[in-house]
Formats: sequence, C-alpha cells, structure tokens
Amino acid sequence: MSIQPILIAAAALFSIGIYGILVRRNAVMVLLSIELILNAVNINFVAFNAMLSDVFLNGQIFSIFIITIAAAEVGIGLAIVLMLFRNRETANINEFDLMKW
Amino acid sequence: MEAIDIFSYFLLLLLLLSGIKVVTTSNVIHAAIFLVFTLATTAILFILLSAEFVALVLVLVYIGAVIVLFLFGVMITRAPLGPNAELDNDQNKIFATLISISIFGIFTYILLQTFDSTVVIREGTSTKLLGEILLSRFVFPFELVSFVLLGALIGGITLARKDNALMDEDQI
Repeated sequence: MSIQPILIAAAALFSIGIYGILVRRNAVMVLLSIELILNAVNINFVAFNAMLSDVFLNGQIFSIFIITIAAAEVGIGLAIVLMLFRNRETANINEFDLMKW
Repeated sequence: MEAIDIFSYFLLLLLLLSGIKVVTTSNVIHAAIFLVFTLATTAILFILLSAEFVALVLVLVYIGAVIVLFLFGVMITRAPLGPNAELDNDQNKIFATLISISIFGIFTYILLQTFDSTVVIREGTSTKLLGEILLSRFVFPFELVSFVLLGALIGGITLARKDNALMDEDQI
C-alpha cells in the first residue's frame, strides 16, 4: 500500500467536511462536519508518521492531542449551541443574525 | 496486488462513502451513526498503519464519548428526528459543491506532484515506544492538554447550566 491513496482519501474527507459546513443548517450538523475535517487531519498525521518511520512518533502523538482537543471542542460547542437554543428557540445557524446590520 | 492492498482500498472507499452520507443524509440520527462508521474505518486504517494506540483512543474517545454527546445535543436542541428537508440550506448547495471540489482538486494535484508511492504499511507495534515518549519528551504538553480538558469541562458546565445571572428573562 503506497501513501498516495491514503492522502487523497484524507483530502476527499476534508472536502466533504467543508461541503457539510457550508450546506448544513443545523448547528449540531456543522459540528459533525468539523469532526470529519479533524479526522482527515488525523489520517494525514498517522500516514506521514508511518511513511517517515519517525523514531519519536511525532505524528501519532499529535493525532492523540488533536483527538483530545476535539473532544474539548465538542463539549464547549454543544454547550454554546444549547445556550443559543435556550435564548432563540432554534438551532438553525442562518437565524442567528444578530451581528448582521 | 496483495490482499492487504485490496483490503485497504476497500477501507478507503468505505470511509469516503460513509463520510459523504454524513453530510448528505436528511436524518440527524443517521448522520451521527454514519459518523460512527467513518471513525471505525479510520480506526482500522490506523491499525493497518501500525498506530494501534491511536486507533484505540479514537474508538474510546470518539465513538464512546463524542457520538453520545452529539446524540444528547440532537435530543436537547429538539432537532426533528425523522427525515427532514429543512436540514440543508439549498441555496448554498452549488456554491458549496464548487468550493469543496476545487479544494479537493488542488490538494490532489499537490499531493500527486509531491509524494511518490512510498510503501507505508509495515509490520510491528508502537504502543510501548509511544508511552515512553509521551511521558518523557512530551510530558509538559500532555499535562497541559489535561488542563485544557479540565477548563473545557468547567466551561461547558458553566455555559449549559440554567443560571439566572447568565440568562436574562426578558430576552427569551
């Protein structure tokens, strides 16, 4: 197995996540798409770690850190969505237009 | 072509198909379940790349905790549980397809120009070495990340609890 198919699949997963962020209307679904993007980055890190056969395993350690930060981000993000839902009675991001003049 | 090559191509195909289903399905719960499929295929790919500890962390943290959190979020914000046409912003669809396809095209061009077909799947494990490095060379970032998690936990609880000081009754 060469590295090119893995990298191209990760790039495709990244683009799918971008599409999801731009298209989805529900804020929880936007967070799901962000998870897809972070997952693509993790695949890249681990694939490069395997390609370089790094003695210090930097790629794997960074992907573990990314997973941890992503868990924290989901917790905060869902708390913010919950707060918005309490205040505005909706989770549709195109109705949060208070900053729009 | 060896058997493991065919298996990894099948795995990558499965990854992409379930990823596409995450962003195109019109049912919120199905999107979360397809994200589970995507993460599980990613974990199998990590095991093939001899990163089995990262695969286990992915299964434990993502499939075990994050997906449950997402399902709670879906239920608490009362997103419609059945198929729902209102989930997508239809006027953005052509625009978003154009942007994502162009990003994918640029990435693919650069990746194919830069990397030759180096073989990456090897035998062997890395968990013992990973533990030693994580607790010697990376011990300060490791502790720092635990404080970040603690801060996120406290922040999430503070944001999500019903607090009269944070919630102005007139604004509802």
